[in-house]
Amino acid sequence: MISRMDISLSINSRPYELDVDVRKSLMDVLRELGYTSVKHGCGVGECGACTVLVDDVAVDSCLYLAVWAKGRNVRTVEGECRDGKLSAVQEAYVEEGAVQCGFCTPGLIMSSTSFIEKNSGTRPSREEIAKGHAGNLCRCTGYQTIINAVENAIKK
Amino acid sequence: MAVGQSHIRKDVRAKVTGKTRYTDDFSMPGMLQAKYVRSPVAHALVKSIDTSAALAISGVEAVFTHADVPKNVYPTAGHPFSLDPDHQDVADRLLLTDHVRFHGDEVAIVVARDLLTAAKAAQLVKVEYEELPVCVNSAAAMAEGAPAIHDGGNIIKSTSFETGGTFSDAEKKAVTVVEGSFSTPIILHCHLENHTAYAYMDDNDHLVIVSSTQIPHICRRIVGQALDMPWPKIRVIKPYIGGGFGNKQDVVLEPMVAFLTTKLGGLPVKLELEREEGLVATRTRHSQTVTVRAGVSRDGTLKFLDLNVISNTGAYASHGHSIPMAAGSKSCNLYPKAVTRFSATTHYANIPAAGAMRAYGSPQLFFGLESVIEEVAREIGMDSVDFRIKNSARAGDILAKTGDLKHSVAMIECLEKGRELISWDSRKKQYADQQGPLLRGLGVASFSYGSGTYPACVEIAGCRLVLNQDGTIHMQIGATEIGQGSDTALAQMAAETLGVEYQAIHVVSEQDTDVTPFDPGAYASRQTYVTAPAVQQAAEKLKKRILGHCQLMTGEDPGNLDLQLGKIIQRGSPEKVVVDLTELALDSYYHKERGGQITAEVSAKTCTNAPSYGCTFVDLEVDVEMCTVSIHEIINVHDAGKIIHPLSAEGQVHGGMAMGIGMALFEELLVDPESGWIFNGNLLDYKIPTSVDIPELKSAFVDTFDPTSPYGNKSLGEPPAISQGPAIRNAIWDATGVKINEIPMTPKVLFKHFKDAGLI
Repeated sequence: MISRMDISLSINSRPYELDVDVRKSLMDVLRELGYTSVKHGCGVGECGACTVLVDDVAVDSCLYLAVWAKGRNVRTVEGECRDGKLSAVQEAYVEEGAVQCGFCTPGLIMSSTSFIEKNSGTRPSREEIAKGHAGNLCRCTGYQTIINAVENAIKK
Repeated sequence: MAVGQSHIRKDVRAKVTGKTRYTDDFSMPGMLQAKYVRSPVAHALVKSIDTSAALAISGVEAVFTHADVPKNVYPTAGHPFSLDPDHQDVADRLLLTDHVRFHGDEVAIVVARDLLTAAKAAQLVKVEYEELPVCVNSAAAMAEGAPAIHDGGNIIKSTSFETGGTFSDAEKKAVTVVEGSFSTPIILHCHLENHTAYAYMDDNDHLVIVSSTQIPHICRRIVGQALDMPWPKIRVIKPYIGGGFGNKQDVVLEPMVAFLTTKLGGLPVKLELEREEGLVATRTRHSQTVTVRAGVSRDGTLKFLDLNVISNTGAYASHGHSIPMAAGSKSCNLYPKAVTRFSATTHYANIPAAGAMRAYGSPQLFFGLESVIEEVAREIGMDSVDFRIKNSARAGDILAKTGDLKHSVAMIECLEKGRELISWDSRKKQYADQQGPLLRGLGVASFSYGSGTYPACVEIAGCRLVLNQDGTIHMQIGATEIGQGSDTALAQMAAETLGVEYQAIHVVSEQDTDVTPFDPGAYASRQTYVTAPAVQQAAEKLKKRILGHCQLMTGEDPGNLDLQLGKIIQRGSPEKVVVDLTELALDSYYHKERGGQITAEVSAKTCTNAPSYGCTFVDLEVDVEMCTVSIHEIINVHDAGKIIHPLSAEGQVHGGMAMGIGMALFEELLVDPESGWIFNGNLLDYKIPTSVDIPELKSAFVDTFDPTSPYGNKSLGEPPAISQGPAIRNAIWDATGVKINEIPMTPKVLFKHFKDAGLI
């Protein structure tokens, strides 16, 4: 039985050569590498706190084996702030008061980033934004300011 | 003005870039992982435990059972210590038990070098149980001859009080009396960060605990009680935490990790609960039966309220009887001219232990109270908003908790504002005669709350300010930031009083009981209210010392000086800058002869408790055939005194409303009444609202200034979650003519009631 595998991938455009335990989720491996913005909220794909983008597609990294990321680019919220400048989505979350405890925030920002990139050039309704974020649970905000933030980021 | 502005939250840039570190984001070399062995039955005695197979696995360091743990029973509720033994929390916990009291109770614990090994070994611990009869609900737990869940029986406490006059006299003056009985389910907190903690020893008799807790100083004391250690030998560190909502106002994992490290030579040991463990084996919101009688005189004056609560606290007392009693006393702030008789009984049962949850018993009590208020108003043919306005608290009323202090009271203005915002009068007319399966309804419910725990508990808070070399200020407070925004609000207060820019205040967000000023923590919606005096006094002190140093530098009389926006100026002449704070700060540190580091520290007790008020207005549609409810408009209006940070205030209201809507319409932990088996202890089957389940949330404020706070503010963290249940229930009644006296008002529940009423 294969228990480990060598993989190469990039995380926030930085190349990595890794020898990974095949049982490990992408979430576990990212956290071990120091990408602790990727949060463990449930481990079974219910809460979305571990959302990252794999080749720009939002996934629950707790359900995604690390070995599946071989040859792909993984984006986490650490990579969205470049040269000290927040991304449009991050900035919108700050401006709209969309952050309270902050534990769901990195996953939600990645979901918003993916949603906005997918819908680029369109003006989705608040209902469509809500639907696009239904995989991320937040217990602090009631989602109101998160939807506000996505609307704000789209306008940026 | 720093106060009253929506400044950028102190922690927000760190949070959006993933830089904030929560307990689980720290690790130490050699850190061991622990995993509980949990009971698969709800009530049993442990006959034997065989740990040999678990211990045989490579990587397992130790297995502990009830036989290995200290025999000190300890309480877990996050209340400050009480000097009155009668007021101390019930001590009914051991670290591990041989008497299983709920499905998931902790009988053993495995420690291994990694989590997978620990989890595998935990499954190999063989436990033999002798099952006992199970009681899940109040009737079974309080029945004659019910099996005793703890020595001394299942009833923890039964108490009552009367306030506002003589009850029997008031009862005689009422001509119309309405009564109702209401039930509420077990609700789960569902903060996104699970409970997690680790501990290690940094000396032979000194240990360090890092934990996701709302109450580091209380945690230190309870670990001391559990392990029989002097409290100062324990250091508790609280990093950023991913929500708590009261579930981390309880000491859950900390005594165990502390015990484990002492047993394992001081090595770091970590316990991180899985989501499924966290949902059932931490704390819940109490399920309650609330019975309310209300009587009015001929002119529509509410004469009396007779409230009774039966509160099911589950397997262990935790906050126990404090929950209904706190809600009872806070409710008396709403209709203070009526005589209130309140009684409550709290009992054990074989379900997960209930503890503190946002608004601490009030959502349950107000579900009953505000439903009956609606009924009594309709009974006498009065508009229910008018009835509430006639009977609600006004400034100058004598409040049961705090006497006749001149608090700000804007309950009536809240009702008036809400009525206008939702176009109550015109929509009432519009919805008067409806036909068909889709029916619109309007509902309202009020609430009252406190701004702390005084006089039930001590209210103490601390603040330390340090002038840095560059003229910025480091601020340490005992109050814990748990997402609600307290760091930001308290920094605004310090900036305001001190006379510096908000940006010049750096808040040390982490609490560390070895160095942080004493404060019991985040609960009771207390922090901005009870920390405000400490912040204000510390800022005044620091300012005085800064101006004193200016005198050393310039010879100017401090009486003629002031600090404004980081500059020392001539009082009354802001353009005349005497010295810049940056220059003064460097001088205070490094001048060879004069001055010293400029600091100020204040510990302050608060002996008032400002009442806060508000209400929910809702316009909804009931699809009678589908038994569903859709909310068209929902508005919360609050009197929280002076609003310190408008954007965060709205955020608190939104979050509370979403939690209240979840409680009203979706959420319920299901426990089999026969076996105590938990059916839906995971986030797939226990439904908290997602972004598509929550309607647009509207909030409004009636700005008041409470004279008992230096900044005029009152509580706002917990109150927004109280009044959605009764408002929605009243609106469903308005739409359909059917009274739903239980929550959650799911399609299943609505079907039963609509069928009974002949609607379907």
